[in-house]
Amino acid sequence: MFSGIMTNAWAVGTIVAVVAGVVGVFVVLRSAAFVVHGVPLSSFAGAAGASLIGVSSVVGLAVFAPVAALSIGWFGRRRRRDVVTALVVATMLGLGALFLSWSNEYAAQIYALLFGDVLGVTDAELWLSAGLAGAALLAVAVMYRPLLLTSVSAEAAAARGIRSGLVDMLFLVLVALVTTTAVPVVGALLMFTLMVGPPAAARAVVRSPIGAMALSVAIALVTLWASIAASYVTNWPIGFYVGTIGAAWVLAARAWSALRR
Amino acid sequence: MTGFFQSDPVRVALAAGAVTAVVSGVVGVFVVIRGQSFAGHALGDLGTLGGSGAFLANVNPLWGFVGVGAVVAGAMELFGVQRRRGRDVATGVVLGAALGLSALLLYFDTTTSTTTGATITVLFGSLFAASPQAVPEMAGLGAAGVLGVVVVFRPLLLSSVSPDLASARGVPVRAVALGFLVLVGVTVSLTSMVVGTILSPALLIGPAATALRLTRRPGAAMAGAAVIGLIATWAGIVLSYASDHWPPAHRGWPISFFVVAIVFVTYLGVELVARRAR
Amino acid sequence: MSTVVRLEDVDVSFGTRRVLDGVSFSVERAEFVGLIGANGAGKTTIFRVVLGLLSPDRGSVAHLGRHVGYVPQKVVIEPDAPLRARDLVALGIDGERFGVRMPSRARRARVDEMLESVGAAEFADARVGTLSGGEQQRVLIAHALVGNPPLLVMDEPLANLDIKSGHEIVELVARLTKERGLAVLLSAHDMNALLPHMDRVVYLAEGRAVSGTTGEVVRSDVLSELYRYPVRVLDVDGTVVVVGGHDVQVR
Repeated sequence: MFSGIMTNAWAVGTIVAVVAGVVGVFVVLRSAAFVVHGVPLSSFAGAAGASLIGVSSVVGLAVFAPVAALSIGWFGRRRRRDVVTALVVATMLGLGALFLSWSNEYAAQIYALLFGDVLGVTDAELWLSAGLAGAALLAVAVMYRPLLLTSVSAEAAAARGIRSGLVDMLFLVLVALVTTTAVPVVGALLMFTLMVGPPAAARAVVRSPIGAMALSVAIALVTLWASIAASYVTNWPIGFYVGTIGAAWVLAARAWSALRR
Repeated sequence: MTGFFQSDPVRVALAAGAVTAVVSGVVGVFVVIRGQSFAGHALGDLGTLGGSGAFLANVNPLWGFVGVGAVVAGAMELFGVQRRRGRDVATGVVLGAALGLSALLLYFDTTTSTTTGATITVLFGSLFAASPQAVPEMAGLGAAGVLGVVVVFRPLLLSSVSPDLASARGVPVRAVALGFLVLVGVTVSLTSMVVGTILSPALLIGPAATALRLTRRPGAAMAGAAVIGLIATWAGIVLSYASDHWPPAHRGWPISFFVVAIVFVTYLGVELVARRAR
Repeated sequence: MSTVVRLEDVDVSFGTRRVLDGVSFSVERAEFVGLIGANGAGKTTIFRVVLGLLSPDRGSVAHLGRHVGYVPQKVVIEPDAPLRARDLVALGIDGERFGVRMPSRARRARVDEMLESVGAAEFADARVGTLSGGEQQRVLIAHALVGNPPLLVMDEPLANLDIKSGHEIVELVARLTKERGLAVLLSAHDMNALLPHMDRVVYLAEGRAVSGTTGEVVRSDVLSELYRYPVRVLDVDGTVVVVGGHDVQVR
């Protein structure tokens, strides 16, 4: 379980958990679960397109994730963010369906892209993931205060001269970065559970933003490590474990905070 | 194009597509007014669970979509989708758990059967493969959906505008909300048959959002959304049929691609014109 | 006395609708000014002009320093958001800055001191979303003032408070005005809660404004001129009532 090809899986899993746990706190603060679900789904089209022209699916993800994130931000900047998200996601997926119909991809490979594959990570992809994750963490550190303030009150932020529209776009790019890192391992359909479940559970327990990030990372790490191990042992898809364990954390945290009241 | 209307799969597709477009338009207007696009999208995704389960049990996927759609709609309502605060986390958590389960069922589908198509069929739809028997079933469900909206129209509209006002007038707001979500679940299961589970929200939300840009009257918006959806679906079927010999693969391009592309372009066009007009 | 902000002959229109029409007033150091007017009279527009978020079509806005402490009308924070009162106040120091900032003892002391001076020390470590309306107002005032701005602008701070908490907030703001030499511009649709503490009033109706002491402004002839309609100011057991119409008889 810890040798050979699995080394990459553990390494990438760890990277993904850290970065998703940190960024997820802002996802939950900003009520951005739909966007975080939509961007990875949209990036699926990129992966399908990449396999069509014979390049690594990570390249496709890296192109389509920011395109999806920025179109959601741009078209939804005045109002109806949810409607625009639904439409952008659907359109990108339609493109994905088209690319699939052109290619001779096996169902198993498409399945892996949608629901995750711990064994599919090459060395090159590992280094790319590490680089992207580093960039995402650096971006969070740099944007930390404006990101937090705009999440609390756009008006108070505007009075301090923050352009919340700009911060929002930067946040979407951040989501795209995490997407590119995480989708090859966790899959396009279930990546968002890592960015919603652990932070939602963490915030029920911890009161400060930094503390919530730390606990959220810890929960994400446990979730992903357990999922990788279980997926390796049972041979069942990792997405199954990530999705159900993520939901279980939220239920447990809700029960915990209900008991304390 | 010769033989287009003689082909049985095409006729089935046109009929099933028409039913779907009309119901989606009618229900979709309320989804947009109520700001429940994420719930609509999630119910579509969750149809995957029903579709993959039906594949595994070897029953008509339509009933898998419908069953799961209705059950999950209820679960989401209980989890707190009706509150504006925190509802997207609630939706996300239910969605995550159910998608995880779908992953498992699809995995069993791909490992237990020799046909590799379950994932693709369930997720992206294959209208040309719909059986002729499915049409009366879909039409029945569709009629029930439209009838449902007609019956709850006024209380639903009132409670969408202001839940407080509605409950002051004696509308059972939570029951109406639950009933409506179940309706969305049924509608999305119909659209899942046409364009697949992960694309079904496009047909639910796109035409409705477009129509609501053009008129503020809910009744007119419903009619408009139905027409836009109908045009997109039928044009999608025709184009998909016509694309049989198109490059690069010389196989038909998927219907879902055309439908979604037409819906999106229409929305963008109307949005741009509406902005210019102001 | 030095003027902290001065508006002169400010016009603002949205499309064909004139929202502000020749508005002039100023706020001095250590002065508590109430901005009174019904909903839709243009209060929020004035704030946007004062905050520099909106530039007027005509007229001028002069500031003593750009920095303005601002308490927005409605801040909705989910009860389980991981954000303590002290986190929100710390964002008042440099929340607009990009870049990494290490926590320091001096910053912490500054936040504690600010929380203490608005009477929020006891809930410094509670989640902002779980605090009552009055408690949240105190934290928001601390957030606005921790950067030591010369001017504090508050948009309808009393709108969602019960009478007791409302009076406590007004007393707190009045005390801070004198202690810190702060200029305060506070909006309300009802002036009665402000009467004992307000130095001057800016009365706003249909986009036009008159300013002065309450004795100068809140008079039947002045407000009738402002509304361009007969208006009577009545004193009912110390409560000021403004009523309109010809049929009102004054003894």
